[in-house]
Amino acid sequence: MSLKTKNINHLTVHSIAQVVNGTISGAPVDTEQKIEYAFASDLMSDVLMLDTNDITLITGLANPQVIRTAEMSDINLVIIARDKKCSSEMINLARENNITIIETPYSVFKVSGLLYNQGIKPIF
Amino acid sequence: MNIKFDIEGGNFSSAGLASSEVKRLLKQLNIDIKTIKRLVVAMYEAEVNIVAHAYQGEADVEINEDHIKVVFTDHGPGIDDIDLAMQKGYSTASEQVREMGFGAGMGLPNIKSHADKLNITSEVGKGTRVEIICYLNA
Ligand SMILES: Nc1ncnc2c1ncn2[C@@H]1O[C@H](COP(=O)(O)OP(=O)(O)OP(=O)(O)O)[C@@H](O)[C@H]1O
Ligand SMILES: [Mg+2]
Repeated sequence: MSLKTKNINHLTVHSIAQVVNGTISGAPVDTEQKIEYAFASDLMSDVLMLDTNDITLITGLANPQVIRTAEMSDINLVIIARDKKCSSEMINLARENNITIIETPYSVFKVSGLLYNQGIKPIF
Repeated sequence: MNIKFDIEGGNFSSAGLASSEVKRLLKQLNIDIKTIKRLVVAMYEAEVNIVAHAYQGEADVEINEDHIKVVFTDHGPGIDDIDLAMQKGYSTASEQVREMGFGAGMGLPNIKSHADKLNITSEVGKGTRVEIICYLNA
């Protein structure tokens, strides 16, 4: 919340998990990865429409199609909000496709607000 | 090279298998990642449409020197007004499909914007044929 944190315009996967009080599953974390952009949606076609690469998806849905959508869109970090639990099918699919999942008890709105506040940028 | 995939209507847990396999294969063939993304996003939308709107179908993938062609054919209700179906936001998706995160009416417009060519023909009460072409050096 301080000006100092606001100046940082990227976060690591671990720091994002910390900010949203989340648990990490799926593919092993790429500790080098810097997260800069995020997009929040419960509509998979809206996600598939984007032509930006390397974004983080924030969603309130927890089903295998969320992971499939991430796979097709080259998204490798998915934040599942609202305390929805991922099935083992989702986690396996994520591992196979090198996608890391963060499950958080917070709502999509809260996750978005917290990350925005940390300097994560919207794509539009 | 030709590959054929069966697509089961209504089965959301296997939706995307064909697109996923093709993505893996194209990566192995060292096709550039932008082209891969354009093709697989278009394929995935067409695949999900069969799962969401039809009973049963298949994807026939043809990988050529300069382009990839994928033809989706299904047995299903067909599309009465293709121009209407192509409009952003038009959807007849069921409640169950919407709960899965689909039904925004953006799939067909998405295919059009990602693929280099899109051809749809349909017969009401019989089924739909969706042909997608992506050029490799576009
Ligand atoms: N294979 C198909 N068989 C029958 N109807 C189809 C088929 N594909 C599309 N349609 C019809 O065209 C409409 C628009 O399709 P489109 O993919 O654009 O949107 P959607 O599938 O409803 O939602 P979204 O793709 O955003 O999840 C569908 O709602 C459906 O009525
Ligand atoms: Mg669709």
